Amino acid sequence: MSEKVLMKGNEAIAEAAIMAGCRHYFGYPITPQTEIAAYMSKRMPKIGGVFLQAESEIAAVNMVIGAAAAGKRAMTSSSSPGISLKSEGLSYMAGCDLPALIVNVQRGGPGLGGIQPSQSDYYQATRGSGHGDYHLIVLAPDSVQEMADLTFKGFDLAEEYRMPCMMLADGTLGQMMEPVSLDMGDVKKHDKPWALTGTEMKRPHNIVNSLALEPQQLEQWNIERFKRYDVLKKEAMAETYRMEDAEYCIVAFGIAARISKNAVNALREKGIKAGLIRPITLYPFPEEVIREATGRCKAFLSVELSMGQMIDDVKLASDCRRPVHLCSRTGGMIPTPDEVVAAIMKIAEGGNN
Amino acid sequence: MQKRITLFAGHYGSGKTNIAVNYALDLAKKGLAVTIADLDIVNPYFRTKDSMDRLEKAGVHLISSAYANTNVDVPALPQEMYAVTEDKSRYAVVDVGGDDRGALALGRITPYILEENNYDMLFVANRSRPLTADAASALAVMREIEEAGGIRFTGLVNNTNLGPLTTPETVLDSLPWIEEISRISGLPVVMTTAEKTICPLLSGRIEQVMPLELQSKFWSESI
Repeated sequence: MSEKVLMKGNEAIAEAAIMAGCRHYFGYPITPQTEIAAYMSKRMPKIGGVFLQAESEIAAVNMVIGAAAAGKRAMTSSSSPGISLKSEGLSYMAGCDLPALIVNVQRGGPGLGGIQPSQSDYYQATRGSGHGDYHLIVLAPDSVQEMADLTFKGFDLAEEYRMPCMMLADGTLGQMMEPVSLDMGDVKKHDKPWALTGTEMKRPHNIVNSLALEPQQLEQWNIERFKRYDVLKKEAMAETYRMEDAEYCIVAFGIAARISKNAVNALREKGIKAGLIRPITLYPFPEEVIREATGRCKAFLSVELSMGQMIDDVKLASDCRRPVHLCSRTGGMIPTPDEVVAAIMKIAEGGNN
Repeated sequence: MQKRITLFAGHYGSGKTNIAVNYALDLAKKGLAVTIADLDIVNPYFRTKDSMDRLEKAGVHLISSAYANTNVDVPALPQEMYAVTEDKSRYAVVDVGGDDRGALALGRITPYILEENNYDMLFVANRSRPLTADAASALAVMREIEEAGGIRFTGLVNNTNLGPLTTPETVLDSLPWIEEISRISGLPVVMTTAEKTICPLLSGRIEQVMPLELQSKFWSESI
Protein backbone atom coordinates (compact mmCIF):
# COMPACT_ATOMS: atom_id res chain seq x y z
CA MET A 1 0.00 0.00 0.00
CA SER A 2 2.12 2.88 -1.24
CA GLU A 3 -0.73 5.36 -1.68
CA LYS A 4 -1.11 7.72 1.23
CA VAL A 5 -4.24 7.53 3.33
CA LEU A 6 -5.76 9.96 5.82
CA MET A 7 -5.73 8.54 9.31
CA LYS A 8 -6.12 9.50 12.90
CA GLY A 9 -3.04 8.81 15.01
CA ASN A 10 -5.00 6.19 16.93
CA GLU A 11 -5.98 4.38 13.74
CA ALA A 12 -2.42 4.51 12.42
CA ILE A 13 -1.25 2.72 15.57
CA ALA A 14 -3.90 0.04 15.13
CA GLU A 15 -3.23 -0.57 11.44
CA ALA A 16 0.56 -0.61 11.91
CA ALA A 17 0.17 -3.12 14.73
CA ILE A 18 -1.82 -5.38 12.42
CA MET A 19 0.87 -5.00 9.75
CA ALA A 20 3.47 -5.91 12.39
CA GLY A 21 1.67 -9.21 12.85
CA CYS A 22 -0.28 -8.39 15.99
CA ARG A 23 -3.43 -10.50 16.04
CA HIS A 24 -4.25 -10.15 19.73
CA TYR A 25 -5.69 -6.89 21.00
CA PHE A 26 -7.22 -6.56 24.44
CA GLY A 27 -8.56 -3.23 25.61
CA TYR A 28 -11.04 -1.16 27.49
CA PRO A 29 -12.40 2.14 26.17
CA ILE A 30 -11.19 5.53 27.38
CA THR A 31 -10.95 8.91 25.67
CA PRO A 32 -8.77 9.95 23.83
CA GLN A 33 -7.65 6.54 22.56
CA THR A 34 -10.94 4.75 21.92
CA GLU A 35 -10.43 4.74 18.12
CA ILE A 36 -7.65 2.16 18.59
CA ALA A 37 -10.16 -0.30 20.03
CA ALA A 38 -12.88 0.76 17.57
CA TYR A 39 -10.52 0.17 14.63
CA MET A 40 -9.37 -3.17 15.99
CA SER A 41 -12.97 -4.27 16.52
CA LYS A 42 -13.64 -3.69 12.81
CA ARG A 43 -10.40 -5.13 11.43
CA MET A 44 -9.44 -8.08 13.64
CA PRO A 45 -12.45 -10.29 12.86
CA LYS A 46 -11.75 -9.84 9.13
CA ILE A 47 -8.17 -11.13 9.37
CA GLY A 48 -8.62 -13.95 11.86
CA GLY A 49 -7.36 -11.92 14.80
CA VAL A 50 -8.72 -11.43 18.29
CA PHE A 51 -10.34 -8.21 19.43
CA LEU A 52 -11.55 -8.42 22.97
CA GLN A 53 -13.07 -5.68 25.06
CA ALA A 54 -12.23 -6.81 28.55
CA GLU A 55 -14.22 -6.08 31.68
CA SER A 56 -11.50 -3.74 32.94
CA GLU A 57 -8.06 -2.38 32.17
CA ILE A 58 -6.52 -4.85 34.62
CA ALA A 59 -8.19 -7.78 32.89
CA ALA A 60 -7.01 -6.52 29.51
CA VAL A 61 -3.37 -6.24 30.51
CA ASN A 62 -3.42 -9.71 32.02
CA MET A 63 -4.82 -11.08 28.77
CA VAL A 64 -1.84 -9.48 27.02
CA ILE A 65 0.44 -11.30 29.46
CA GLY A 66 -1.21 -14.58 28.52
CA ALA A 67 -0.97 -14.03 24.78
CA ALA A 68 2.63 -12.80 25.01
CA ALA A 69 3.61 -15.82 27.14
CA ALA A 70 2.24 -18.00 24.35
CA GLY A 71 4.64 -16.26 21.98
CA LYS A 72 2.06 -14.09 20.22
CA ARG A 73 2.41 -10.43 19.31
CA ALA A 74 -0.11 -8.82 21.63
CA MET A 75 -1.04 -5.30 22.59
CA THR A 76 -3.29 -3.14 24.71
CA SER A 77 -3.97 0.56 24.74
CA SER A 78 -5.37 3.08 27.17
CA SER A 79 -5.04 6.61 28.41
CA SER A 80 -3.45 7.87 31.60
CA PRO A 81 -5.87 6.68 34.35
CA GLY A 82 -6.16 3.34 32.57
CA ILE A 83 -2.38 2.97 32.41
CA SER A 84 -2.21 3.39 36.18
CA LEU A 85 -4.56 0.41 36.43
CA LYS A 86 -2.48 -1.58 33.97
CA SER A 87 0.74 -0.86 35.81
CA GLU A 88 0.53 -3.95 37.97
CA GLY A 89 0.44 -6.01 34.79
CA LEU A 90 3.35 -4.09 33.33
CA SER A 91 5.47 -4.96 36.34
CA TYR A 92 4.53 -8.64 35.98
CA MET A 93 5.28 -8.51 32.29
CA ALA A 94 8.72 -7.06 32.97
CA GLY A 95 9.29 -9.64 35.69
CA CYS A 96 8.38 -12.41 33.23
CA ASP A 97 10.52 -10.87 30.47
CA LEU A 98 7.57 -10.73 28.09
CA PRO A 99 7.42 -8.58 24.96
CA ALA A 100 4.25 -6.62 24.19
CA LEU A 101 3.13 -3.19 23.06
CA ILE A 102 1.27 -0.89 25.46
CA VAL A 103 -0.07 2.38 24.10
CA ASN A 104 -0.69 5.37 26.34
CA VAL A 105 -2.50 8.25 24.62
CA GLN A 106 -2.02 10.63 27.51
CA ARG A 107 -4.61 12.97 28.97
CA GLY A 108 -4.37 15.46 31.81
CA GLY A 109 -4.10 14.21 35.39
CA PRO A 110 -3.70 13.37 38.19
CA GLY A 111 -6.77 11.36 39.15
CA LEU A 112 -9.56 11.31 36.61
CA GLY A 113 -8.09 14.56 35.28
CA GLY A 114 -9.43 15.65 31.91
CA ILE A 115 -9.59 14.37 28.36
CA GLN A 116 -7.33 16.94 26.73
CA PRO A 117 -3.71 16.15 25.75
CA SER A 118 -0.91 15.89 28.27
CA GLN A 119 2.62 14.55 28.72
CA SER A 120 2.43 14.23 32.45
CA ASP A 121 2.91 10.45 32.50
CA TYR A 122 6.58 10.85 31.57
CA TYR A 123 7.83 9.80 35.01
CA GLN A 124 5.39 6.91 35.10
CA ALA A 125 6.49 5.62 31.70
CA THR A 126 10.23 6.11 31.97
CA ARG A 127 10.57 4.91 35.57
CA GLY A 128 8.70 1.68 34.98
CA SER A 129 5.22 2.61 36.25
CA GLY A 130 4.66 -0.42 38.48
CA HIS A 131 6.63 -1.84 41.40
CA GLY A 132 10.09 -3.32 41.31
CA ASP A 133 13.36 -2.81 39.44
CA TYR A 134 12.45 -2.55 35.77
CA HIS A 135 12.06 -0.37 32.74
CA LEU A 136 9.85 -0.21 29.69
CA ILE A 137 11.11 0.76 26.26
CA VAL A 138 9.37 4.12 25.77
CA LEU A 139 8.75 5.56 22.31
CA ALA A 140 7.52 9.12 21.68
CA PRO A 141 6.08 9.81 18.21
CA ASP A 142 5.43 13.37 16.99
CA SER A 143 3.26 12.68 13.94
CA VAL A 144 0.67 10.24 12.68
CA GLN A 145 3.32 8.77 10.36
CA GLU A 146 5.68 8.19 13.26
CA MET A 147 2.89 6.61 15.31
CA ALA A 148 2.65 3.98 12.58
CA ASP A 149 6.41 3.61 12.15
CA LEU A 150 7.15 3.35 15.87
CA THR A 151 4.35 0.87 16.45
CA PHE A 152 5.97 -1.39 13.89
CA LYS A 153 9.41 -0.86 15.42
CA GLY A 154 8.07 -1.15 18.95
CA PHE A 155 6.99 -4.77 18.51
CA ASP A 156 10.39 -5.55 17.08
CA LEU A 157 12.32 -3.91 19.94
CA ALA A 158 10.07 -5.56 22.51
CA GLU A 159 10.82 -9.01 21.14
CA GLU A 160 14.51 -8.38 20.61
CA TYR A 161 14.99 -7.28 24.23
CA ARG A 162 12.14 -9.29 25.73
CA MET A 163 10.64 -6.19 27.33
CA PRO A 164 7.25 -4.51 27.29
CA CYS A 165 7.37 -1.46 25.04
CA MET A 166 5.25 1.62 25.64
CA MET A 167 4.14 4.07 23.00
CA LEU A 168 3.80 7.37 24.82
CA ALA A 169 1.54 9.58 22.73
CA ASP A 170 -0.97 12.23 23.74
CA GLY A 171 -4.55 13.20 22.96
CA THR A 172 -3.54 15.59 20.18
CA LEU A 173 -1.54 13.00 18.29
CA GLY A 174 -4.17 10.35 18.87
CA GLN A 175 -6.97 12.50 17.47
CA MET A 176 -5.24 14.48 14.73
CA MET A 177 -5.61 13.36 11.14
CA GLU A 178 -2.63 13.37 8.81
CA PRO A 179 -1.68 11.66 5.57
CA VAL A 180 0.29 8.53 6.27
CA SER A 181 2.11 5.96 4.19
CA LEU A 182 1.83 2.41 5.44
CA ASP A 183 4.92 1.01 3.75
CA MET A 184 6.23 -0.85 6.76
CA GLY A 185 8.60 -3.37 5.21
CA ASP A 186 9.00 -6.94 6.36
CA VAL A 187 8.22 -8.17 9.85
CA LYS A 188 11.35 -9.45 11.63
CA LYS A 189 10.93 -12.92 13.04
CA HIS A 190 12.32 -13.52 16.50
CA ASP A 191 12.84 -17.00 17.91
CA LYS A 192 10.96 -17.50 21.15
CA PRO A 193 12.34 -20.70 22.69
CA TRP A 194 10.89 -19.54 26.04
CA ALA A 195 7.29 -19.34 24.80
CA LEU A 196 4.54 -21.57 26.16
CA THR A 197 3.59 -23.29 22.93
CA GLY A 198 3.22 -26.90 24.08
CA THR A 199 6.12 -29.33 24.45
CA GLU A 200 4.67 -32.08 22.26
CA MET A 201 6.61 -34.28 24.73
CA LYS A 202 9.82 -33.28 22.93
CA ARG A 203 11.33 -30.88 25.47
CA PRO A 204 11.08 -29.90 29.11
CA HIS A 205 8.22 -27.48 29.66
CA ASN A 206 8.85 -23.74 29.76
CA ILE A 207 7.93 -21.61 32.74
CA VAL A 208 6.94 -17.94 32.48
CA ASN A 209 6.99 -16.55 35.97
CA SER A 210 8.04 -13.52 38.00
CA LEU A 211 8.05 -15.19 41.41
CA ALA A 212 11.38 -15.99 43.07
CA LEU A 213 11.25 -16.57 46.80
CA GLU A 214 15.02 -17.10 47.00
CA PRO A 215 16.49 -13.60 47.24
CA GLN A 216 19.73 -14.73 45.59
CA GLN A 217 17.75 -15.89 42.58
CA LEU A 218 15.66 -12.72 42.38
CA GLU A 219 18.77 -10.54 42.64
CA GLN A 220 20.35 -12.51 39.83
CA TRP A 221 17.28 -12.08 37.61
CA ASN A 222 17.30 -8.34 38.21
CA ILE A 223 21.02 -8.05 37.48
CA GLU A 224 20.66 -9.98 34.25
CA ARG A 225 17.69 -7.89 33.22
CA PHE A 226 19.62 -4.69 33.79
CA LYS A 227 22.51 -6.02 31.65
CA ARG A 228 19.95 -6.17 28.84
CA TYR A 229 18.91 -2.58 29.60
CA ASP A 230 22.58 -1.60 29.17
CA VAL A 231 22.64 -3.15 25.71
CA LEU A 232 19.34 -1.41 24.92
CA LYS A 233 21.05 1.99 25.31
CA LYS A 234 22.37 1.71 21.76
CA GLU A 235 18.77 1.96 20.52
CA ALA A 236 18.41 5.54 21.81
CA MET A 237 17.00 7.81 19.10
CA ALA A 238 16.67 11.56 18.78
CA GLU A 239 16.04 14.04 16.00
CA THR A 240 18.09 17.21 15.98
CA TYR A 241 16.85 20.35 14.28
CA ARG A 242 19.04 23.38 13.50
CA MET A 243 21.47 22.29 16.22
CA GLU A 244 24.69 22.81 14.18
CA ASP A 245 25.41 26.27 15.58
CA ALA A 246 22.71 26.46 18.27
CA GLU A 247 23.41 28.49 21.40
CA TYR A 248 20.06 27.73 23.00
CA CYS A 249 18.87 24.16 22.95
CA ILE A 250 15.20 23.29 23.29
CA VAL A 251 14.49 19.71 24.34
CA ALA A 252 10.96 18.51 23.62
CA PHE A 253 9.20 15.33 22.56
CA GLY A 254 5.93 14.49 20.86
CA ILE A 255 3.50 17.32 20.20
CA ALA A 256 5.66 19.73 22.24
CA ALA A 257 8.48 19.17 19.73
CA ARG A 258 6.30 20.22 16.81
CA ILE A 259 5.41 23.44 18.61
CA SER A 260 9.08 23.95 19.49
CA LYS A 261 10.19 23.49 15.88
CA ASN A 262 8.03 26.47 14.93
CA ALA A 263 9.52 28.40 17.82
CA VAL A 264 13.07 27.58 16.63
CA ASN A 265 12.24 28.97 13.18
CA ALA A 266 10.71 32.11 14.68
CA LEU A 267 13.76 32.60 16.92
CA ARG A 268 16.15 32.14 14.00
CA GLU A 269 14.28 34.90 12.16
CA LYS A 270 14.95 37.16 15.13
CA GLY A 271 18.66 36.27 14.88
CA ILE A 272 18.69 34.03 17.94
CA LYS A 273 20.52 30.76 17.40
CA ALA A 274 18.08 28.24 18.76
CA GLY A 275 17.94 24.52 18.01
CA LEU A 276 15.88 21.52 19.01
CA ILE A 277 16.67 18.06 20.29
CA ARG A 278 13.64 15.78 20.04
CA PRO A 279 14.02 12.51 21.96
CA ILE A 280 12.23 9.77 20.02
CA THR A 281 13.06 7.14 22.64
CA LEU A 282 12.37 8.40 26.16
CA TYR A 283 13.77 5.19 27.57
CA PRO A 284 16.55 4.75 26.72
CA PHE A 285 16.93 8.54 26.92
CA PRO A 286 19.23 9.94 24.21
CA GLU A 287 21.86 11.06 26.72
CA GLU A 288 24.71 11.22 24.23
CA VAL A 289 22.98 13.82 22.05
CA ILE A 290 22.27 16.00 25.10
CA ARG A 291 25.81 15.53 26.43
CA GLU A 292 27.26 16.54 23.10
CA ALA A 293 25.10 19.68 22.98
CA THR A 294 26.09 20.59 26.55
CA GLY A 295 29.57 21.52 25.39
CA ARG A 296 28.28 23.95 22.79
CA CYS A 297 25.09 25.49 24.15
CA LYS A 298 24.58 28.27 26.68
CA ALA A 299 21.37 26.87 28.13
CA PHE A 300 18.64 24.25 27.72
CA LEU A 301 14.89 24.77 27.69
CA SER A 302 12.67 21.76 28.34
CA VAL A 303 9.26 22.23 26.71
CA GLU A 304 6.62 19.90 28.09
CA LEU A 305 2.90 19.38 28.63
CA SER A 306 3.42 18.78 32.35
CA MET A 307 4.73 20.59 35.41
CA GLY A 308 8.21 19.54 34.24
CA GLN A 309 9.25 15.90 34.26
CA MET A 310 11.64 15.26 31.37
CA ILE A 311 13.58 18.29 32.59
CA ASP A 312 15.15 15.99 35.21
CA ASP A 313 16.59 13.75 32.51
CA VAL A 314 17.97 16.77 30.66
CA LYS A 315 19.69 17.87 33.88
CA LEU A 316 21.10 14.38 34.43
CA ALA A 317 22.30 13.98 30.85
CA SER A 318 23.96 17.40 30.87
CA ASP A 319 25.39 16.83 34.38
CA CYS A 320 23.86 20.23 35.23
CA ARG A 321 26.76 21.91 33.47
CA ARG A 322 24.37 24.38 31.85
CA PRO A 323 21.20 25.95 33.22
CA VAL A 324 18.10 23.95 32.33
CA HIS A 325 14.88 25.99 32.15
CA LEU A 326 11.27 24.94 31.80
CA CYS A 327 8.48 26.14 29.53
CA SER A 328 5.34 24.15 30.11
CA ARG A 329 1.57 24.03 30.30
CA THR A 330 -0.36 21.33 32.03
CA GLY A 331 -3.84 19.93 32.68
CA GLY A 332 -4.65 19.66 28.98
CA MET A 333 -3.29 23.06 27.94
CA ILE A 334 -0.70 23.29 25.16
CA PRO A 335 2.10 25.86 25.05
CA THR A 336 2.05 28.09 21.95
CA PRO A 337 5.14 28.71 19.80
CA ASP A 338 5.03 32.32 21.07
CA GLU A 339 5.32 31.15 24.66
CA VAL A 340 8.37 29.06 23.76
CA VAL A 341 9.91 31.99 21.87
CA ALA A 342 9.33 34.26 24.87
CA ALA A 343 10.95 31.73 27.21
CA ILE A 344 14.12 31.57 25.07
CA MET A 345 14.20 35.38 24.71
CA LYS A 346 14.11 35.71 28.46
CA ILE A 347 16.99 33.26 28.84
CA ALA A 348 18.95 35.06 26.11
CA GLU A 349 18.44 38.36 27.93
CA GLY A 350 19.88 36.81 31.06
CA GLY A 351 16.63 36.44 32.97
CA ASN A 352 15.69 33.40 34.98
CA ASN A 353 12.60 31.38 34.12
CA MET B 1 -34.91 21.85 -3.78
CA GLN B 2 -33.85 22.63 -0.23
CA LYS B 3 -35.33 20.20 2.29
CA ARG B 4 -36.14 21.51 5.75
CA ILE B 5 -33.89 19.05 7.55
CA THR B 6 -30.45 18.04 6.30
CA LEU B 7 -28.65 15.26 8.16
CA PHE B 8 -24.95 14.47 7.73
CA ALA B 9 -23.79 11.02 8.75
CA GLY B 10 -20.88 8.75 7.86
CA HIS B 11 -17.73 7.00 9.03
CA TYR B 12 -16.00 8.80 11.90
CA GLY B 13 -13.34 11.18 10.65
CA SER B 14 -15.11 11.55 7.30
CA GLY B 15 -15.63 15.27 7.84
CA LYS B 16 -19.26 15.39 8.95
CA THR B 17 -18.93 18.10 11.57
CA ASN B 18 -16.94 20.36 9.30
CA ILE B 19 -19.40 19.97 6.43
CA ALA B 20 -22.42 20.44 8.70
CA VAL B 21 -21.02 23.70 10.05
CA ASN B 22 -20.17 25.01 6.58
CA TYR B 23 -23.53 23.93 5.23
CA ALA B 24 -25.42 25.68 8.03
CA LEU B 25 -23.42 28.86 7.47
CA ASP B 26 -24.20 28.73 3.74
CA LEU B 27 -27.93 28.42 4.42
CA ALA B 28 -27.74 31.35 6.84
CA LYS B 29 -25.95 33.39 4.17
CA LYS B 30 -28.94 32.79 1.90
CA GLY B 31 -31.07 34.47 4.53
CA LEU B 32 -32.72 31.32 5.89
CA ALA B 33 -33.40 30.76 9.59
CA VAL B 34 -31.08 27.87 10.49
CA THR B 35 -30.57 25.62 13.49
CA ILE B 36 -27.62 23.24 13.72
CA ALA B 37 -27.86 20.27 16.07
CA ASP B 38 -24.82 18.38 17.34
CA LEU B 39 -25.93 14.81 17.98
CA ASP B 40 -22.36 13.53 17.94
CA ILE B 41 -21.96 12.22 21.44
CA VAL B 42 -19.45 9.51 20.52
CA ASN B 43 -16.28 11.53 20.18
CA PRO B 44 -16.10 14.53 22.49
CA TYR B 45 -12.82 15.69 20.89
CA PHE B 46 -14.36 17.40 17.85
CA ARG B 47 -17.56 19.27 18.26
CA THR B 48 -19.85 21.66 16.51
CA LYS B 49 -19.58 23.69 19.70
CA ASP B 50 -15.93 24.40 18.84
CA SER B 51 -17.35 26.67 16.10
CA MET B 52 -19.87 28.35 18.40
CA ASP B 53 -18.54 31.87 17.84
CA ARG B 54 -18.65 31.64 14.07
CA LEU B 55 -22.12 30.12 14.12
CA GLU B 56 -23.53 32.68 16.51
CA LYS B 57 -22.09 35.57 14.51
CA ALA B 58 -23.85 34.24 11.42
CA GLY B 59 -27.13 33.93 13.32
CA VAL B 60 -27.16 30.12 13.28
CA HIS B 61 -28.79 28.65 16.35
CA LEU B 62 -26.72 25.86 17.92
CA ILE B 63 -28.19 22.92 19.76
CA SER B 64 -25.61 20.88 21.61
CA SER B 65 -25.32 19.20 24.96
CA ALA B 66 -25.33 21.80 27.70
CA TYR B 67 -22.51 19.81 29.21
CA ALA B 68 -20.27 19.74 26.13
CA ASN B 69 -16.72 20.90 26.89
CA THR B 70 -17.45 21.27 30.60
CA ASN B 71 -16.35 19.30 33.64
CA VAL B 72 -19.35 16.99 33.40
CA ASP B 73 -18.81 16.15 29.74
CA VAL B 74 -20.95 13.03 29.54
CA PRO B 75 -22.52 11.44 26.46
CA ALA B 76 -25.84 13.20 27.02
CA LEU B 77 -28.21 14.27 24.27
CA PRO B 78 -29.37 17.88 24.37
CA GLN B 79 -33.00 18.06 25.51
CA GLU B 80 -33.49 20.81 22.95
CA MET B 81 -32.90 18.36 20.12
CA TYR B 82 -36.65 17.86 19.71
CA ALA B 83 -36.73 21.42 18.34
CA VAL B 84 -35.20 20.00 15.15
CA THR B 85 -38.49 18.29 14.35
CA GLU B 86 -40.94 20.43 16.33
CA ASP B 87 -39.95 23.93 15.23
CA LYS B 88 -40.91 23.73 11.57
CA SER B 89 -40.32 27.45 11.04
CA ARG B 90 -36.55 26.90 10.81
CA TYR B 91 -34.23 24.89 8.61
CA ALA B 92 -32.24 22.30 10.53
CA VAL B 93 -28.78 20.84 9.91
CA VAL B 94 -28.00 17.75 11.96
CA ASP B 95 -24.45 16.54 12.67
CA VAL B 96 -24.90 12.84 13.38
CA GLY B 97 -22.18 10.93 15.28
CA GLY B 98 -19.73 8.68 13.45
CA ASP B 99 -20.52 5.14 12.31
CA ASP B 100 -23.47 3.07 13.53
CA ARG B 101 -22.60 3.81 17.15
CA GLY B 102 -23.01 7.53 16.50
CA ALA B 103 -26.20 7.13 14.50
CA LEU B 104 -27.88 5.24 17.33
CA ALA B 105 -28.67 8.54 19.07
CA LEU B 106 -30.53 9.73 15.98
CA GLY B 107 -33.16 7.01 16.43
CA ARG B 108 -34.80 9.13 19.13
CA ILE B 109 -36.08 11.68 16.59
CA THR B 110 -36.19 9.48 13.49
CA PRO B 111 -39.96 8.81 13.72
CA TYR B 112 -40.71 12.55 13.64
CA ILE B 113 -38.31 13.13 10.75
CA LEU B 114 -39.97 10.35 8.75
CA GLU B 115 -43.43 11.63 9.62
CA GLU B 116 -42.71 15.13 8.35
CA ASN B 117 -40.89 13.65 5.34
CA ASN B 118 -39.03 16.81 4.37
CA TYR B 119 -35.41 15.80 4.84
CA ASP B 120 -32.16 14.87 3.14
CA MET B 121 -30.00 12.27 4.84
CA LEU B 122 -26.52 12.57 3.34
CA PHE B 123 -23.72 10.03 3.54
CA VAL B 124 -20.35 11.75 3.89
CA ALA B 125 -17.35 9.72 2.72
CA ASN B 126 -13.65 10.23 2.07
CA ARG B 127 -11.90 7.71 -0.18
CA SER B 128 -8.57 8.40 1.58
CA ARG B 129 -9.96 6.96 4.81
CA PRO B 130 -8.82 3.33 4.89
CA LEU B 131 -12.06 1.84 6.22
CA THR B 132 -14.13 3.37 3.39
CA ALA B 133 -11.45 3.24 0.67
CA ASP B 134 -13.41 0.91 -1.59
CA ALA B 135 -17.06 1.06 -2.56
CA ALA B 136 -17.97 -2.19 -0.80
CA SER B 137 -16.60 -1.06 2.60
CA ALA B 138 -18.24 2.36 2.23
CA LEU B 139 -21.57 0.71 1.46
CA ALA B 140 -21.20 -1.57 4.48
CA VAL B 141 -20.69 1.45 6.77
CA MET B 142 -23.67 3.10 5.10
CA ARG B 143 -25.97 0.14 5.76
CA GLU B 144 -24.84 -0.09 9.41
CA ILE B 145 -25.68 3.59 9.94
CA GLU B 146 -29.10 3.20 8.30
CA GLU B 147 -29.87 0.26 10.54
CA ALA B 148 -28.76 2.04 13.72
CA GLY B 149 -30.52 5.31 12.90
CA GLY B 150 -33.65 3.70 11.49
CA ILE B 151 -33.53 5.96 8.45
CA ARG B 152 -32.35 5.61 4.83
CA PHE B 153 -29.81 7.81 3.10
CA THR B 154 -31.06 9.99 0.26
CA GLY B 155 -27.76 11.19 -1.19
CA LEU B 156 -23.97 11.13 -1.11
CA VAL B 157 -21.34 13.74 -0.27
CA ASN B 158 -17.86 13.09 -1.65
CA ASN B 159 -15.43 14.63 0.84
CA THR B 160 -12.28 12.92 -0.43
CA ASN B 161 -9.20 14.71 0.85
CA LEU B 162 -5.71 14.03 2.21
CA GLY B 163 -5.62 16.94 4.65
CA PRO B 164 -2.82 19.37 3.80
CA LEU B 165 -1.58 17.12 0.96
CA THR B 166 -4.87 17.35 -0.95
CA THR B 167 -4.46 18.16 -4.65
CA PRO B 168 -7.15 18.52 -7.31
CA GLU B 169 -6.12 15.02 -8.44
CA THR B 170 -6.94 13.63 -4.97
CA VAL B 171 -10.52 14.73 -5.57
CA LEU B 172 -10.65 13.87 -9.29
CA ASP B 173 -9.21 10.38 -8.72
CA SER B 174 -12.05 9.65 -6.32
CA LEU B 175 -14.80 10.17 -8.90
CA PRO B 176 -14.99 6.55 -10.12
CA TRP B 177 -15.19 5.46 -6.47
CA ILE B 178 -18.11 7.73 -5.55
CA GLU B 179 -19.82 6.89 -8.84
CA GLU B 180 -19.60 3.20 -8.03
CA ILE B 181 -21.13 3.82 -4.59
CA SER B 182 -23.82 5.87 -6.30
CA ARG B 183 -24.52 3.15 -8.89
CA ILE B 184 -24.78 0.34 -6.35
CA SER B 185 -26.82 2.31 -3.80
CA GLY B 186 -28.95 4.12 -6.37
CA LEU B 187 -28.28 7.41 -4.55
CA PRO B 188 -27.24 10.64 -6.27
CA VAL B 189 -23.94 12.40 -5.54
CA VAL B 190 -25.42 15.58 -4.11
CA MET B 191 -22.14 17.42 -3.77
CA THR B 192 -18.38 17.21 -3.67
CA THR B 193 -16.68 19.14 -0.91
CA ALA B 194 -13.17 20.54 -0.94
CA GLU B 195 -11.10 22.92 1.11
CA LYS B 196 -11.72 26.41 -0.32
CA THR B 197 -8.26 26.86 -1.87
CA ILE B 198 -8.69 23.63 -3.86
CA CYS B 199 -12.11 24.59 -5.25
CA PRO B 200 -11.01 27.06 -7.95
CA LEU B 201 -8.73 24.32 -9.34
CA LEU B 202 -11.72 22.04 -9.70
CA SER B 203 -14.02 24.47 -11.48
CA GLY B 204 -15.35 23.11 -14.74
CA ARG B 205 -14.10 19.65 -13.86
CA ILE B 206 -16.70 18.65 -11.28
CA GLU B 207 -20.25 19.87 -10.79
CA GLN B 208 -21.60 21.04 -7.44
CA VAL B 209 -18.41 21.68 -5.48
CA MET B 210 -18.95 23.13 -2.05
CA PRO B 211 -15.95 25.05 -0.67
CA LEU B 212 -15.11 24.28 2.96
CA GLU B 213 -13.64 26.57 5.53
CA LEU B 214 -11.85 24.26 7.96
CA GLN B 215 -12.99 24.68 11.53
CA SER B 216 -11.25 21.88 13.37
CA LYS B 217 -9.30 23.00 16.38
CA PHE B 218 -6.36 20.76 15.54
CA TRP B 219 -6.07 22.10 12.04
CA SER B 220 -3.43 24.54 13.05
CA GLU B 221 -0.30 25.74 11.33
CA SER B 222 1.33 26.00 14.72
CA ILE B 223 1.46 22.27 15.23
